[in-house]
Order: sequence, then C-alpha cells, then structure tokens
Amino acid sequence: MNRPSGQDPELLRRLLRAKDRMDAASHEEWPVDRLAKVSHVSEAHFARSFKDAFGVPPHRYLLTRRIERATALLRETELSITDIAFQTGWKSLGTFGRTFRDVTGESPGDLRAREKSARHQPEPVPACLLSAAHRPNLTSAVSEKRRQEAGAINDADEKKEVP
Amino acid sequence: MSQGVGVVGLYVRDQDEALEFYVDKIGFRVHTDAKNGDYRWLTVQHPDQPSFQLGLFTPGPPTVDAATAQTLRESVAKGAMPPLVLIVDDCRAAYEKMRARGVEFTQEPIDRYGSVDAGFRDPSGNGWKMIQARRARE
Repeated sequence: MNRPSGQDPELLRRLLRAKDRMDAASHEEWPVDRLAKVSHVSEAHFARSFKDAFGVPPHRYLLTRRIERATALLRETELSITDIAFQTGWKSLGTFGRTFRDVTGESPGDLRAREKSARHQPEPVPACLLSAAHRPNLTSAVSEKRRQEAGAINDADEKKEVP
Repeated sequence: MSQGVGVVGLYVRDQDEALEFYVDKIGFRVHTDAKNGDYRWLTVQHPDQPSFQLGLFTPGPPTVDAATAQTLRESVAKGAMPPLVLIVDDCRAAYEKMRARGVEFTQEPIDRYGSVDAGFRDPSGNGWKMIQARRARE
C-alpha cells in the first residue's frame, strides 16, 4: 500500500502507544530509540511510520505538546517563565522562548500579559478534556429547561426500530 | 424512562477481544450477542445503567465496504475516534483494580479541583476518560 494512510492497524496501535507515552510525560526526554522500543518498531522505521500515522514527526509532536502545556501553565498559574520552561522539559530558557515564539507567534511573556489583561475573573480552569467532559451535563440541563418551558416539541408518532 | 439513547456503538478490531476487555477488565455485562451470518450484533452495558448499551462492532461488509473498513480500522488504531467517558465513584480505586487486570492506562489519576480523572484505552485504541465527579455539587 502506497498511500500514507494505508498502514497496518496493528502497527498504528503500537505507534499510538508511543504517542500516548509522550502525552503522559511530555517533559521527559523522548529520543527515537526510546519511542521505537515502546512501539516495538525498529529505530530506522519509527520516525517515518509515526509521521505517516499522525502527520508530524515525533520530535515535532513532542514540542507541540510541551508548548501546549507551557501555554496552560502560563495561563493558569503564577509560576515564573523559567520554572515553566524547566517543568515542561526544556533544558534552556533560550530554546524554550525561541520554540515558543516559532510555534505560537508570540513570546511566553507576551502571551501571559495578553491573557492576564483579557481575563477579569481568574478562575481555576480544569484541563480542557475534563471541562469538555462536563459540558454535556450543562447543555442537557439547559436544553431540558428550555424544553420544559416550550412544552413538548416532539409528540409525533413514535418510530421504534429494533436493530 | 421509555425514550432516549439506547445504543451507542464503538468500532473495535476484534469482537472477542473487546468482549473480554469490557466484561472481564472493565466490569460491564453482555446485553446482546447475536450472530447473523458474518454479522455479529454485540452490546454490553454498565451494571448500573440498564437503559444504555454500548455496541462493540467491527467495521466491514455489509455495513461498510472493505476499503472503508480498512480506513476505519486505521482510525481506531490511531486513537482518532471520539472520546468516551466513564463515570466512577472512586477513580483511584477503579484505577488500581483495572490496572491489576491489565488495562492500558494512558494517564494516572489526577486531581483537578476536587474531581479526579484518569485515562485508558481499549485494546483497539478507543480512548476513555474515567472521571470521579466533584462531590456535593449544587
């Protein structure tokens, strides 16, 4: 199979494991040999297979995850930029600042300043997935309320199909 | 409750493997396991949630053609399917129990302002968040 998406699902599942491990510990070092071991793939094949599967090379993926985490910490905590750089896996503040600017288009300090001025109530924001997970409760409660106010909208004949 | 969502399906790579995972490792029960030729309608459910079934289906004919099935199998294996959420009373206890049974966790339990969540995947690649909601919400 030549198209990049034509990959063996068994291989993809093992590559996903490497991606998961980077997600879980993006502050750690993830050289290719370590990732290849997680995926049970040869080092020679790992980077290419990963890029075919997820659209970006593993190293770039890791940097993106680190920047995401750093962005969250800049927004949600009072940690210094130096602390954030080291907590998210950079060995030098300079590399962190440069990469951050390359990826986001602004410096860590500018992002923090902008976020601060934009936000008036500093509220602890849980991780995005968590809030997304809680969202259905909220919307269903709201729509339920609306429905009660509007009365029954759907008393059309019941169509039940047993699969 | 007589109206509402009854079944939501997942794509899995192997129904026997998925059955073993969701029943023996997660603690669900089989609701329906019916074969019709090559087609197998398999649903499981949470013991506390009799009105809802989780379908465990393999992509393939007659539902989808072979090429589409391959694409779907790849998507599942890449973890590209939508997120799933399991609500538990005690995330850390459930984590310990499930991990001892061999569940692949992608995230250890993390406290977030009173709620606790962890992440795991089924053997096919479907990703779950396991959430212990904040107590005493009003």
